[in-house]
Amino acid sequence: MKEIIRAAVAVIAVSALLLYINSQLGKTSGSTGSDTITVYNWGEYLDPELLKQFTEKTGIRVVYETFDSNEAMMTKIQQGGTSYDVAMPSEYMIEKMKEENLLVPLDHSKIPNLENIDPYFLDLPFDPGNEYSVPYFWGTVGIAFNPDLLKKDFDFTSWEDLWSPELRQQVILVDSAREVMGMGLNSLGYSLNSTDGAELDAASAKLDELTPNVKAIIGDEIVEMMRRNEAAIALTWSGQALDMMYVNESIDFSVPEEGSNLWFDNMIIPKTAANVDGAHQFINFMLEAEVAAQNADWVGYSTPNAAALELMDPEVTGDKRFYPDEKIRENLEVYRNLGPEMTGEYNERFLRFKMGMN
Amino acid sequence: MQNKSTRALYLIPYSAWIILFVIAPIALVVYYSLFDIHGDFTFANYRAFFSSVYLELTLSSFWYAFLITLFSLLIAYPTAYFLTKTKHKQLWLLLIIIPSWINLLLKTYAFIGIFGQYGPINAFFTAIGIGSTQLLFTDFSFIFVSVYIFIPFMILPIFNAIDRLNPALIDASRDLGASPWTTFRRVILPLTMNGVKSGIQVTFIPALSLFMITRLIAGNKVITLGTAIEQQFLVTQNWGMGSTIAVFLILFMFVIMLFTGQKEKGGASDGKTK
Repeated sequence: MKEIIRAAVAVIAVSALLLYINSQLGKTSGSTGSDTITVYNWGEYLDPELLKQFTEKTGIRVVYETFDSNEAMMTKIQQGGTSYDVAMPSEYMIEKMKEENLLVPLDHSKIPNLENIDPYFLDLPFDPGNEYSVPYFWGTVGIAFNPDLLKKDFDFTSWEDLWSPELRQQVILVDSAREVMGMGLNSLGYSLNSTDGAELDAASAKLDELTPNVKAIIGDEIVEMMRRNEAAIALTWSGQALDMMYVNESIDFSVPEEGSNLWFDNMIIPKTAANVDGAHQFINFMLEAEVAAQNADWVGYSTPNAAALELMDPEVTGDKRFYPDEKIRENLEVYRNLGPEMTGEYNERFLRFKMGMN
Repeated sequence: MQNKSTRALYLIPYSAWIILFVIAPIALVVYYSLFDIHGDFTFANYRAFFSSVYLELTLSSFWYAFLITLFSLLIAYPTAYFLTKTKHKQLWLLLIIIPSWINLLLKTYAFIGIFGQYGPINAFFTAIGIGSTQLLFTDFSFIFVSVYIFIPFMILPIFNAIDRLNPALIDASRDLGASPWTTFRRVILPLTMNGVKSGIQVTFIPALSLFMITRLIAGNKVITLGTAIEQQFLVTQNWGMGSTIAVFLILFMFVIMLFTGQKEKGGASDGKTK
């Protein structure tokens, strides 16, 4: 009898423990009241010093959590375990979250600092009139390369350069379907939001020709490999390229002329928010010129805050690789939400491309 | 004397455990596999599995799992055999088992450094004049690292099987004029087959669904069923398709268990054959 009870207690205890852990994971100290807000952001994407400043200024404590993909973020907000008050998704995800009614409309009267933002970054197709979102950072997708490791001079002003026979086994691609398929489509002059079967077929065929040059398809490990001269060429985001350049000064970055992706991460207030007023205060605070400048210095990505740009080192803000002017930006395209079927199709094609590598 | 109701009572904790942690999760996976991205009930996921890249994916997963298991076995069997002949065999065994306590991801990251362009192996190659070679992101490195990770799991059951082998049987075989090779083939191998089967089980099944190593060591040039499941859940957010692949993975596991299952026939391990 004793053993039964002991075993039964063990089973119940384990179940209870799992339930407890689950609930803890769901709302890590998320006791959002009127004096706390929970911010949900990408990793390494905000100067922690600024959170302290915000608390000193407003008395609102910030619970800070991070995610590593738009999809993971949306899943968590959908499940609604935690009362996130501010999150920083990318533009196509904002379209998707809007469709799913996961966003709270912004009260512009509470965000006067919105006027600091360069008008170029306002009223974009994914959120007309900035009803739900305020731009946070922006950047591009391009090619990071290390000329020291290349036998021939390449400047990678064209995607076509990646297909050169001299670059056998040298190119690292980021493990992300949109970026790689987008590169295939762009190299042929198509839109990276193409949903046309023939265009996608052409892009897949074009990518298959790239296989002999591909060294690997990996995630964030790219940064470390480029820093240590393990790899010479990488398809990556502008901010990641900057991360590499901080450590390894030989590395250069180029956004090919045929076009590429222009992306925006934006601050939004999700439906889970418990402290909508505090969230507005936080967004307004992040848009202050000095704050945005300090944050941009720390994070390294490009800020859309025109007032902040004036406070920053002109050497940084004048660098066309990371602050491309409007003429270059015209060639760049913003991702549109393709809907679940097309997202599936892109991923299926990317999977087939990866399988063709061997 | 215990009556039936007491015995039923004894079963409660175990059945609760099985229902909560084995049956319920599998049932959930099967349930999710029957819905498409719009949440409509459908069998389309199963059709998709048979008509598209997934079949090819399954074949290549099996091929790599087979290679990993084969090499692990080729290395583990002689190792286990010689271990049983050493003086401090438990100590040696412990030394082989210890690395398997280290986190898998940590070991994998270590290999990125070891196989790197400036890693110790390439430094050695350069020193002896072969020159630096691309080791990382190749089939070779993928299989090497996987085999390294699975070897302890393969050695353990084989070691136990050989260790329990009655030495009198080997002496008898020699006395009766069998050559060492014949002794091995007709006596030792058949009597340790159960250990080999368990070893294959614990290697082949996890090897089918390896996924972190495929990215870190093989640079996604090797794609397994595990990678496909991860993609479907995290990127495509098509839980239905992800679950369908998982259902097939579970089915494959059952088939493998069936083939490598232990037959309780008096246990060849204690040296008595039927």
